[in-house]
Amino acid sequence: MSEIVIKNLNKYYGKNHVIQDVSLNIDSQSFTVLVGPSGCGKSTILRMIAGLESINSGTISIDGNIVNDLSPKDRNIAMVFQSYALYPHMTVYNNMAFGLKLEKLTKDEIDSRVYDAAKILQIEELLQRKPKQLSGGQRQRVAIGRAITRKPKVFLFDEPLSNLDAALRVQMRVELAKLHDQLDATMIYVTHDQTEAMTMADKIVVLDQGKISQSGSPMDLYHNPKNLFVGGFIGSPKMNFIKTRILKKSSQSISIDLLGQKSFLLKKTSTNLKTGDEITLGIRPEHLKISKDLKNAWKGKVFVVEKLGSGTFLYLDKEGEPLVVETDGDSKIKVGDTINVAFNPDKCHVFNANKEVI
Amino acid sequence: MTFFNFIVYVVIGVSAVLSYFVLANWAHDYLVGKFSKKNLQDSIFRPWIFMAPALIILLVYLIYPVSETIRLSFFDNYGREFTGVSNYVWALNDSDFRQSILNNFLWLIVVPTTCTFLGLTIATLADRVWWGVFAKTLIFMPMAISFVGASVIWKFVYEYRGAGNDQIGILNAIIVYFGGDPHAWIAIPFWNNFFLMVIMIWIQTGLAMVIFSAALRAIPEETLEAARIDGASEVRIFFYIIIPFLSETIVVIWTTITILVLKVFDIVLAMTNGQWGTEVLANLMFDWMFRGGGDSGRGSTIALFIMLGVIPIMIWNLRRFKMEQER
Repeated sequence: MSEIVIKNLNKYYGKNHVIQDVSLNIDSQSFTVLVGPSGCGKSTILRMIAGLESINSGTISIDGNIVNDLSPKDRNIAMVFQSYALYPHMTVYNNMAFGLKLEKLTKDEIDSRVYDAAKILQIEELLQRKPKQLSGGQRQRVAIGRAITRKPKVFLFDEPLSNLDAALRVQMRVELAKLHDQLDATMIYVTHDQTEAMTMADKIVVLDQGKISQSGSPMDLYHNPKNLFVGGFIGSPKMNFIKTRILKKSSQSISIDLLGQKSFLLKKTSTNLKTGDEITLGIRPEHLKISKDLKNAWKGKVFVVEKLGSGTFLYLDKEGEPLVVETDGDSKIKVGDTINVAFNPDKCHVFNANKEVI
Repeated sequence: MTFFNFIVYVVIGVSAVLSYFVLANWAHDYLVGKFSKKNLQDSIFRPWIFMAPALIILLVYLIYPVSETIRLSFFDNYGREFTGVSNYVWALNDSDFRQSILNNFLWLIVVPTTCTFLGLTIATLADRVWWGVFAKTLIFMPMAISFVGASVIWKFVYEYRGAGNDQIGILNAIIVYFGGDPHAWIAIPFWNNFFLMVIMIWIQTGLAMVIFSAALRAIPEETLEAARIDGASEVRIFFYIIIPFLSETIVVIWTTITILVLKVFDIVLAMTNGQWGTEVLANLMFDWMFRGGGDSGRGSTIALFIMLGVIPIMIWNLRRFKMEQER
C-alpha cells in the first residue's frame, strides 16, 4: 500500500520552475531516497511533504488524505535536518520532549517515549546535557531521537549525515538502516551522495532539474540506467562515457568507432538509429579489464593510480574526460605505463544523442 | 593654517607613540641582555613597558578622579575642611535627593524595560511586512539626535498655551481638537516623569530594534522549522525558541540602556531642570557642583551615589563577559 502519493507536483520560485510535474508513490514502510545534484529540487520536494514549503499545483497525500493545506504538525511526520536544528537552550531530554509536551501527553508517557528513544539511539547518559556539550554525531542522534519520540507515520531526513565526518557517516548509515528495520516506519531520505542512496534505499528516486530522471531499486538503477544522467550519477567512480559515432548499422548490431583505434561490434540496436549517428558509450570502471588479448581492446597511458587496498583505479589518458579502469588491489601498474584495456560488450550501455539509453 | 597644524600634531603624536615603543623595547633588550642571562623572550618587564601608557592614562583619567571625588565628599563646599560624613547625612535627609533617588528608580524600571520590549516587538514584526524596512528606518532615526536636540523637539510636542489660544504643541492641539482641555504636561507632578521618559524611549528603541533585528537574523531557520513540525504555534515559538535564543542580546541591551538611564541628565536639564518633581541624581549633582557658587562636597557625594548604582551592573556585565570568553 502506498503511504505517500504525490501527483503532478509543481513549484515555482518566481519564474524558476523548480519542481516540474513530479508524480511519485512511496510505499508504506519503505526507505525511499531522493538523490540528485544540488539544485535538483530534492529538498524542496521533502519540504513540501513536510509542509514547510507551499505547493503551487498538484497534490500530496499521506495515508489517503490530501495534506496540501494541513500545517506540518497535522501531517503526522517528523523531520531530521542537516544542521540538526536542536533547541540550544534545552537539555537533550527537553529537546526530545518538546513536541510531546505540545501534544499535552502525560508526564509518564513523555518519560517513557523519551527513554525508549534514548535507549534505541544509545544516548541515555546524555539526556541532561545541552546540545553545545555534544559532538556532531551525538547531536544528530538527538535530532533523530526527537523525531522518533513523536511516533510519526513518516520520517523525513534532509541530508542528515552531510555535516558528519566520513567515518561517522558510515557508522550512522548502518544505524539508520537498522533503525528503519526496528521502527517499521516509512522513511524518505534526501541526499546528494549516491553512496548513501545505494546503501540504504529500498527505492531510489534520481532527480535532475526538477524532474524525476529515473526511480527504482538501487541495483536496477545501477545496472539499467535509463539515461546518461542516471548512468553518470549512480556508481563511484562514475561510469566512463566515450563519445563516438555509428560506422555501420545492421539489423542485430551496430559497429562503432572507439577512440579512433578500432571498429567494434555491439549487439545492440534500435530502429531510431542510423549510420553516422552520434552516440555515447557508457562503461563502468569494473567492466573494463586489463588484458593481453587485443580483442575488444585499445591502448592507453596511465596518468594516475589510486590504490584503495581492495581495488585499484587507473586513470588513462583520453581526449576529453579520462578513462577510469578498476583492477586488482595488488596491481603492479605504475604511472606512465601503457596498458591494453578490453571491455565486455554485453556490460556496456549505449546512449543516443538525446542522452537516452538504447 | 589650522588644518596644517592639525596634520603636524597628528604626525608628532603618532611618531612619539611609535618611538616610545621602539626605544623602550630597544632599551629593555639592551639592559636585560646586559644584566641577566635569561632568555630575552621570558622577560617579565616587557609586558609592563607595553602596558605602561595605557595604565598611566587609566590612572590619570579614571583612578585619580574617582579617588579625588571620594576625598571631596568628606570635605566642605570648598574642599578645604574635613567634615566627616556630614555630606552623606545631608543627602539622606534632603528632600530633593530623596526625590531624585525615587525618580531614578522610576526611570530604571520603566525605560530599559520599555525600550527592550518595544525594540524586540518591532524587530520581530517589521520582518513580516513589506514596509518593515521603511518603518525600521523611521524608528532608528532618532538615534542620530542628541538628547538635548530631542528635548527641544519634545518641548514643542508638549508645548502649552492657555485655553482659548491656538495650541502649537501637537499633543495639546490634538486634545483640543477632540474637545478636551489643554494641559501643561511637563508640570504635572509624577506623570511628568513619564513624559520625559518617553523622549529617552523614543531615542533608544531604535538601538534596541537594530540589535534585535541582527540577532533575529542569526537564528537558524531550520530550528524554527523543527519547532513548527514539533507542533509549536508561532506565539509559542516566539516565547519558547526565539526569546531564549535572544536571551544574551536582551541582557546586553537591557544593561546598556540601564547604565545610560542611571546617568540621565540632558533631558531633565533641558525639559524641566528638575522642577515639578522631575529631579534626577545627575541633574542634582550638576546643580550642587556648578551652580550657586558650587559645593564640591555635596556634588561629589551625589556623584558617588550614581557610581554606587552603576557598579553592580558593571560587575555583573564584566562577569558575564568573562563567562562568555571562557566558553
